[in-house]
Amino acid sequence: MVTEKLMLIFPPNIVKKPVVYRIVKDFDLEFNILRAEITSDLEGKMLLEIKGSKERINECKSYLVKEGVELEEAAKGIILDKDKCVNCGICISLCLGKAFYLKDNYEVNFDQNKCILCGLCLNCCPVKAIKSKI
Amino acid sequence: MTKTIDEINEKIKSGKVVVLTAEEIISYVEENGIKKTASDIDVVTTATFSPMCSSGAFINFGHSDPPIKMSKVWLNDVPAYAGIAAVDAYIGATELSETEGMNYGGAYVIEDLIAGKNIKLRATAYGTDCYPRKEINTYINKDTINQAYLFNPRNVYQNYSVATNSSPKTIYTYMGKLLPHFGNATYSSAGQLSPMLNDPYYRTIGIGTKIFLGGTVGFVAWQGTQHNPETERLPNGVPVGGAGTLALIGDLKQMSTKFIKAATFTGYGITMFVGVGIPIPVIDSEMVEYLKVKDEDIYATVYDYSVQRRNKPSYGRVSYKELRSGKITIHKREVPTGSISSYLKAREIAHILKDQIKNGTFTLTQPVANLPTEGTVKALDIVSEEEL
Ligand code: SF4
Ligand code: SF4
Repeated sequence: MVTEKLMLIFPPNIVKKPVVYRIVKDFDLEFNILRAEITSDLEGKMLLEIKGSKERINECKSYLVKEGVELEEAAKGIILDKDKCVNCGICISLCLGKAFYLKDNYEVNFDQNKCILCGLCLNCCPVKAIKSKI
Repeated sequence: MTKTIDEINEKIKSGKVVVLTAEEIISYVEENGIKKTASDIDVVTTATFSPMCSSGAFINFGHSDPPIKMSKVWLNDVPAYAGIAAVDAYIGATELSETEGMNYGGAYVIEDLIAGKNIKLRATAYGTDCYPRKEINTYINKDTINQAYLFNPRNVYQNYSVATNSSPKTIYTYMGKLLPHFGNATYSSAGQLSPMLNDPYYRTIGIGTKIFLGGTVGFVAWQGTQHNPETERLPNGVPVGGAGTLALIGDLKQMSTKFIKAATFTGYGITMFVGVGIPIPVIDSEMVEYLKVKDEDIYATVYDYSVQRRNKPSYGRVSYKELRSGKITIHKREVPTGSISSYLKAREIAHILKDQIKNGTFTLTQPVANLPTEGTVKALDIVSEEEL
């Protein structure tokens, strides 16, 4: 059993197709919707946490791509540049996923696994130490 | 038991001085009591590393041939104030670039100068018989200019507000990005490590006090602007809001970009992180009473920054212990907190200063004059000349 975070991007033509439902039905995967939205250009975006066997997850990914869904490895979305960070902590107060946290020695750290790509931290860093690959 | 600055300096010179940081003294007092601490410990180091908008630098460029009496000056397209003598200018930290807006500004020029980078200098003038040149375009760096000294009119605030946002919109402030509906709260003081909270009545910090500023030696030049010593205080002397402030001066050429850092708060503007360390001599037992202050004894007031008025509604007081725990309670809801200053960096500065005192490279000074302990801040009213 593995857990993976995936950002699914639905182009407008398939935004109404019930593809996510098939994830459970055909691939026997557990999933958790961390975030979902429809952008102003009618593109759908959904951040999923999927749990299941590595094999089934890979089959599911191929299926999604075949259906026209674009996949992004969500885990790589936000990057903390430790060299630039001055360890203030503004980001900590904004971070919905609690991915930014303070270590016991007051150093600010980032745990990518907890990030739900809400994007709230993107313009908060005064020294531009937070970058996005989204 | 009392000690004079001269006696402490003798101990520094003979290598016998005992120094603790403002964090370390807390448990020392708990274990040894006030009296013993006052006799054992000679100096306590305090520090802060926080965004301080009221910062800037005076620069003297040297004279060109033919000479110019600069009346408008730009450094990397950032305007500097030149309404002083021919080749002097003041570059303010918050000034924005005329070409890059909030991506570059005065604080970035200062950081680039410290880093030894070349800076584009442009100046214009009306031309006089003694200063005929009307325009100059050239490059400078910290080795080509005469003097460059940081002169910050208001730094090291003695406590400050906690900011939150009750409105349904995200707001962008000098206290950082504040999420709607009390989504977060930010604070700025270094709390128990903060210089002026460890000497709340300015018994040892005064005009002329030698300090650590931006990685080198600096001095307290004057009370800072908006110095407000009459702010309400707790019985331990700690003010519950912004109170005393300091104007600081130091040689920019000797500073380090590790301790001076330009910053941009999205939607607000440019500011500068300034690293300051202040040694506090343990002159008597009363001083230990102040120096033992810890985060749970220091309170700040929470204000609603969505109210765009001078007087903002308050949601009561919280302690720095609560603030540092990562959450406070406002209106029965849990609100995540974040600091806009770096406690890690403040701690690093307090330790550097401690080491410098211990190894004899930093001695203490007696203030030349005391900071005012009376006075309040005036507001700016909009009036006609007759009403004034
Ligand atoms: S806001 Fe930026 S500088 Fe401050 S702790 Fe977060 S990443 Fe570091
Ligand atoms: S995107 Fe959201 S969850 Fe991820 S680090 Fe930024 S604020 Fe935290």
